[in-house]
Amino acid sequence: MILIVLAAAICFPVVFMLGGALMPDWELTEYLGAVLGNAEGMASWSLLPRAPTLEPVVELLMDSPQYFVMFWNSMKLSLCILAGQLLFGMPSAWALARYSFPGQKAVLLLYIILMLMPFQVLMLPEYLVLNRLNLLDTHLAVILPSVFSTFPVFIMYRFFHEVPNVVVEAAQIDGAGEWQTFLRIGIPLGAPGVVSAALLGFLESWNMIEQPMTFLKTESLWPLSLFLSEIGLDEAGMGFAAAVFMLIPALLLFLCGQDYLEQGIAAAAVKE
Amino acid sequence: MIINKEKMRTDNRIILTKKPHTKVWRRRRLRKNAAAAAFLLPGFAGVLVFALLPMLEVLRRSFLSAVTLQWVGLKNYKEVLLKNAAFKIAVANTLRFTLICIPLLVALSLFLAVALQSIRVYEIKAALKSALLVPMAVPAASVVLVWKVLFHSNGLINALIVRFGGEAVNWMGSSCSFTVLVISYIWKNLGYDMILWLAGLAGISPEIYEAARVDGAGEWNCFAQITLPNLRPSLYTITVLSFLNSFKVFREAWLVAGDYPNQSMYLLQHLYNNWFRELSFDKISASAVVTAAVVLVLILLLQKAWGTEV
Repeated sequence: MILIVLAAAICFPVVFMLGGALMPDWELTEYLGAVLGNAEGMASWSLLPRAPTLEPVVELLMDSPQYFVMFWNSMKLSLCILAGQLLFGMPSAWALARYSFPGQKAVLLLYIILMLMPFQVLMLPEYLVLNRLNLLDTHLAVILPSVFSTFPVFIMYRFFHEVPNVVVEAAQIDGAGEWQTFLRIGIPLGAPGVVSAALLGFLESWNMIEQPMTFLKTESLWPLSLFLSEIGLDEAGMGFAAAVFMLIPALLLFLCGQDYLEQGIAAAAVKE
Repeated sequence: MIINKEKMRTDNRIILTKKPHTKVWRRRRLRKNAAAAAFLLPGFAGVLVFALLPMLEVLRRSFLSAVTLQWVGLKNYKEVLLKNAAFKIAVANTLRFTLICIPLLVALSLFLAVALQSIRVYEIKAALKSALLVPMAVPAASVVLVWKVLFHSNGLINALIVRFGGEAVNWMGSSCSFTVLVISYIWKNLGYDMILWLAGLAGISPEIYEAARVDGAGEWNCFAQITLPNLRPSLYTITVLSFLNSFKVFREAWLVAGDYPNQSMYLLQHLYNNWFRELSFDKISASAVVTAAVVLVLILLLQKAWGTEV
């Protein structure tokens, strides 16, 4: 029962946000006046708006064109990163999981180390290489380093490793080449791993702040996460609406793919 | 199934060791390696270009001056580690944050995982699990407005405190901002860690518990004598993953308080950003090498934990 209270407390900010997005300006001002500095006393709040309205949402969608640009920037960045991660990551993971070649253990350890390095360590190296390639202040500057992130490789490695040897060998006895085995056996049987890696990858890139902040100067290239940080409390109505719009894709994916997400998280915890 | 797999493996090994140098074997071996290389190399090339080589370059630069790129030996390291006051504050805060948050998070999430596992009704269990995991999907940028409203000096939390007769707290402007950081980190990572614990719990076979209960062990005994010892390998993993996730708390800190927050929530990433703006690549290089070394040691400990797991 403590659990239920705690679960409610944890979901509270989300409900709060949804409520805020549906409140008309006057209601927000009434509740938050004290925070905004134009009223005495303390802020208050009610979870359900008394006069629900789509006003802030409309305002956001109609009157702030830069919002759209940034929403699509976020989409573009996340989807490109995801596509790249799968394109390069799946074969890499397959090679690490199914073949034994000289240096395989070393490569795997290296990938694990890189996957765990915080951005603080990678910031300057990435900057230097992007600078040399003349990519700074372009979307590619955010996309390319993340495409070669080793985290999805590791997750997919864990799942490809679980594909039974018997199946793979049976396919090869039937005459399937290496490439065919990967496409026809590996990807379908390792699909849960691919989905988990994709979900975790999307959540991560959708949420990205440090990378665009460091590598993008031009505001029209910014993703939504940076735009939201510019909205102050004085524009709370629009802020809540924008926050909810940023939340929706992530939340939808979360709700559809929760099982895969959990498997992906757990893959890092349990030894095969 | 498992027995079959084992058999296949040993069979393979026998075949390989029996006739290691026949022409067919060597050709097969070569073909296998070529295939592995074809699968691995495109991705590996990217890793090389975007991570490994530039990291080596940063290692080199940590011994050079920022502008003229002259060899200065250990000067940058001395500068950063011994003289730089901002670095000391940032490291101290980061350490303090780690030492408070990680035990708290690890213990709390273990408690949740055990509690959740004891719930029998599947629907309730699933719903609670989802609710606890939701913060993972909530982008930091979205939730920051809520934090601002909650922790403003006239905000909702203070409103509550005052109503119950307490004194309003200046959350963002005083050392209490550190608490804000702790709360948002725990909020974000509780569900994630809980899933990790649940994975560990699922690995303990129910027979052990049954056997213990037959022998008359109570709930608490079961927990202390069976659950905890069996979870020890998970503990390593979870601690290290939590530590690495703790670096990401910068997002919340930056979104709530900007580039120059209250001193108590000034983290390593703030310092890096400020150095970055001043183009002090010498200092960043040296401290990046130090950070990488610390993280590397931790990872190798983790690797050992993974390796020694039963």
